[in-house]
Amino acid sequence: MIVQNYRLFTPKQIRTDFVDVPLNDKEILVRPTYLSICAADQRYYQGKRDASVLEKKLPMALIHESVGEVIYDPKGEYKPHDKVVMIPNTPVETDDVIKENYLRSSYFRSSGYDGFMRSIVNIDRTRVIKYNNIEDRVAVLLELLSVAMNALEHFEGYSHLKKQRIGVWGDGSVGFVTALVLKKTFPNAKIIVFGNRLEKLHYFQFADELYQVTQVPEGVTVDHAFECVGGSKSENAINQMIDLINPQGSIALMGVSENLVPINTRMVLEKGLSLLGNSRSGYEDFEAAIRFIEDNEDVKGYLSSIISDEVIVKNLNDVNTAFEKDLTNNFKTIMKWEI
Amino acid sequence: MIYGEILAGGSGTRMGNTEMPKQYLQLGTKPIIIHTIEQFLVNPKFDRIIVCCPKEWISYTKDLLLKYDINNDKIEIVAGGSNRNESIMNGIKYIESTYGIKDNDVIVTHDAVRPFVTQRILDDNIKLSKKYDAIDTVIGATDTIVNSKDGKFISEIPVRSECYLGQTPQSFKITKLLELYNELTNKEKDILTDACKIFTLKGKQVGLVNGEIYNIKITTQYDLKIANAILMGVNDK
Repeated sequence: MIVQNYRLFTPKQIRTDFVDVPLNDKEILVRPTYLSICAADQRYYQGKRDASVLEKKLPMALIHESVGEVIYDPKGEYKPHDKVVMIPNTPVETDDVIKENYLRSSYFRSSGYDGFMRSIVNIDRTRVIKYNNIEDRVAVLLELLSVAMNALEHFEGYSHLKKQRIGVWGDGSVGFVTALVLKKTFPNAKIIVFGNRLEKLHYFQFADELYQVTQVPEGVTVDHAFECVGGSKSENAINQMIDLINPQGSIALMGVSENLVPINTRMVLEKGLSLLGNSRSGYEDFEAAIRFIEDNEDVKGYLSSIISDEVIVKNLNDVNTAFEKDLTNNFKTIMKWEI
Repeated sequence: MIYGEILAGGSGTRMGNTEMPKQYLQLGTKPIIIHTIEQFLVNPKFDRIIVCCPKEWISYTKDLLLKYDINNDKIEIVAGGSNRNESIMNGIKYIESTYGIKDNDVIVTHDAVRPFVTQRILDDNIKLSKKYDAIDTVIGATDTIVNSKDGKFISEIPVRSECYLGQTPQSFKITKLLELYNELTNKEKDILTDACKIFTLKGKQVGLVNGEIYNIKITTQYDLKIANAILMGVNDK
């Protein structure tokens, strides 16, 4: 059937393409209800990726954070109006050891492959998970939460047991959900958030200590640290983490940087630190994210607090409005998808 | 019940030399009508989908559905009429004799040759049909509309901001449409090319749904060329 695919073809320019998607048993059709803008989408939209990358990846439908309603399943396993979260990572093979989001063969929506910004998404039936009792506008943050779940699993598997003080660097959305997940998972640990802007740090009231990175008092240390900064500020953040972390701690890296990041490897060696790389998430992380919300009723409220703007999208101008608002607001911009 | 009615009664006289009705011509990898039926098929709000096609093309249409793996008992093929309104009415007669007509039954009628209709347009029609007895799908006019009674001189130039171009779907409360249609004289029936006009003639409100500029009607070879250009050359990835 013909679906509308809203593709970025050059920075800030989105057009409607038409794609004839097959109706087959393998896939179901989902109509997105909410989409959420990620920094990665914003970088494409603003043209802040290398020209060679843009040349290679565009035109492409953006957005990899989305929930929707099933409209059609030829096999009848899913019923019309079933609410589902869609998983952007799409593996093409299985591996007993390596997680699906690290398999080099997996493809990822809105990174070289069309994302969820379309009228209807045809998606493999194994790449959706049903949810209930979560508002759609909050459920659209499940992908973000699943990324924190992926990092948490890695951290739990590889870090030493002393977890009295865990630091989170970054006062953005990833920092917020990561700190929240750590607070709920390690209720006896102190969660310390290090950020740039005070007005954003004020949102992190569930944390035990909040510091502006330029004004960290003498003597503040952490056993482990999570880097949720990314970009050009990664360098300062990671080096501050290396300075403040206790020996043999783990540093979970979560922020993407376009450029190489020089870090103090001498001190990494001297302190015997572990650097844990984290990227994206897979099916099990989404399941964990849904469980996390179900187990912690207050999480819905916390997640709502980082929805900075909700834009009702009825046409492509509304999409541009959403991306523009996202540039200046504190946390997440979500789009109620009525196009 | 919500009925979809796909009007495929056209015999293709405007399509140049082709003898095949335009709704059966190929758009991308499928006939136009298959694309249109698919849009209705995947919308869970439709209880039944009636496809009205020329009597002599009924078997052909059934074969096409089989060929393109559309095997769904929601879809029924019935014979259309000699003009648009007659086709609508034939579909309604079929509904009446097969299922009976209830007060709140709605019919969403759509040109088979508008395969770019969207789920949003279909949903908006269904939603608004709860409020009004008749709904039309329109887009704002970008060109100036000129009215001429004799085809030689301008009679009137309406204010452009108040002008819209009619598309489909057009949706109706079936009982209301029947009631008004039956009040028409035969002469009125002959000149009414648009079902919504039945309502406006009788002073009834017709609600508007926003269409899409690309929800084009494929009536000429030129339209078909444009439609293929819209769809082709852009692959899923």
